[in-house]
Amino acid sequence: MPNLFVLGPFFLLLILNLPFKPLRKGFAFWSVGLLLLVQMFNALRLWFMPGSSVDRLGSFFAFSLAIDKLSLIMLFTIAIVAFVSLLIAKSTIAQERQKFPFFNLLLISIIGMNATVLSRDIFSLYVFMEITAVAVFVLMAIEKDKFTIEGTFKYLVLSMLASIFILSGTALLILTAGGTSFSEVRSAFSSGHNAVILNLASGLFLCGLFIKSGAVPFHGWVPDAYAHTQSAVSVLLAGIVTKVSGIYVLLRLFSSVFVLKAPFQNVLMSVGVISIVFAALATFTQSGFKRLLSYSSISQVGYILLALGCATPLAFAGAVFHFFNHAIFKSLLFVNAASLKKELDSTEIPIIMGLGYRLPVTRATSLVGFLSTSGIPPFSGFWSKLIIIIALLASGRALYAAVALLASVLTLAYFLYFTRNVFFIKTEAGPGVHAASVPLGIKLCEVMLAAITLAAGIGFPFMLNTWILPLRGIFN
Amino acid sequence: MTVRLIHSVVGLAITSAIVSVLMYRLGSPLAAVFELSVCSGLIPVIFITTISFTQRVSKERLRQRRRERLAKFLYLPLILIAAWLTLSHFLKIPQVDLPIPYCGPDVRVMLWGLRRLDLLGQVVILLTGVFGVVILFKEPDK
Repeated sequence: MPNLFVLGPFFLLLILNLPFKPLRKGFAFWSVGLLLLVQMFNALRLWFMPGSSVDRLGSFFAFSLAIDKLSLIMLFTIAIVAFVSLLIAKSTIAQERQKFPFFNLLLISIIGMNATVLSRDIFSLYVFMEITAVAVFVLMAIEKDKFTIEGTFKYLVLSMLASIFILSGTALLILTAGGTSFSEVRSAFSSGHNAVILNLASGLFLCGLFIKSGAVPFHGWVPDAYAHTQSAVSVLLAGIVTKVSGIYVLLRLFSSVFVLKAPFQNVLMSVGVISIVFAALATFTQSGFKRLLSYSSISQVGYILLALGCATPLAFAGAVFHFFNHAIFKSLLFVNAASLKKELDSTEIPIIMGLGYRLPVTRATSLVGFLSTSGIPPFSGFWSKLIIIIALLASGRALYAAVALLASVLTLAYFLYFTRNVFFIKTEAGPGVHAASVPLGIKLCEVMLAAITLAAGIGFPFMLNTWILPLRGIFN
Repeated sequence: MTVRLIHSVVGLAITSAIVSVLMYRLGSPLAAVFELSVCSGLIPVIFITTISFTQRVSKERLRQRRRERLAKFLYLPLILIAAWLTLSHFLKIPQVDLPIPYCGPDVRVMLWGLRRLDLLGQVVILLTGVFGVVILFKEPDK
């Protein structure tokens, strides 16, 4: 079964590029959409019925892939965000000839992300992280304007730097562990030999993954990359790519492969707290909606790093739950940005101020997204932040818990200011703003993501027993 | 830091050749052969072929760019020397006994038997490169 999550998109990619014109016209969109729906269904099915998978391809394609509960949550999240990105692309990419390459590159990024979350080998994990990154570089540059190229170039350069760190760490692991599989590396850490080299390798991985995650002070590429790219690419990049390439790999490696010693815990928690506070304060100075969301993303990533640094099973479960919630409500907010861009032709706050009242669906769903980001009940963001804060308090880190709580108040402050001025004050449109109808695809995405955010919050008792608490067993 | 693309490509080929020699000296002759043939041979050939389709920059423009580059990067060697002197004076690197490198199975067994997933990854990255070239460099139909 794990092979199908990688081979399915791969074979679809080959089929779509056969020399038949009808494949390009309508079949591409529907086939990719169907594939993603099947991935969502299979991820849920395997969660509730673990023994139901039959790997008919296992003997023919013997890949070192494996599924566990963390992988299933990632696969489900990847499918949702990629599906939303697909619908947004259909509605917002103006040139028809750009849509088919977009669908192909989206498939490649899905292959990369799926293989990343299923891989049990560090070098294979790196290969597929790079595949995802290269596909996203091309997607980001699809519009070829000056600001887009600038954002892409910044992401490319810093991503290459991260790759250097990760590859250097991998080389040290090969030297000490004799291989790159998770079990071999874990054994090397457990043996206690070559501690200096293993610590150096852990440090190099940490640096590289901080850059990939966009944590402060490695966040330089994030605002330009998120703000200047095409709407569907922003949703994909901010919603899932950064999370899988950076956050998931950190969660996987430092929870069950590397040994998370006290110095690394302190580094993770420090970077987490700095990211939370710095990014929350930086949002106050932003004049663009997408730049504001990019700094908000950096702040939310800080919560996940803080939880991982706490190094307890409950904190790990809270980190994964916040990963899922953030992917959903941040994607929702970027979809709202796509709606504003489509309707008002701008996402600059001074221009759109007082004009958002024309978009009732966007107004209502953005409120859901903002309140969830700020950690207001009964939305999903409240529960994941609560679990993280409880885990911090239980491990005797009250100061970190207090900072995390106060930063939520800052988050709420800037979001309330934005929401009030854009969506709840009426202003007549200026000469540069033209009205256009928001496509059904965008509205559907807004409603779907808002519904998931609300359902995950209201259905928290079900989520806690079914999804969150079982994750504690993954943390070693 | 050169302004001429062709010099950059030649620099890439020379660097790859040096890496290839290092790999051979470290006991990986097969890896050295791949590095030499692909990174030092095939890739520069593709780059040079592509550059041959581009328009030459005028000599005056070339001289101006060289001056700009020199002004921008003049301080860099000084910083590197200062950093080297500072680090060698203050930084005490602990003596670490490196373990003997593990010599795995034959490269054919490694590639086709143990690293099959990475081979799939290589195919996918090639496809990504193809799409990248088509999207970024193809001119729109008139």
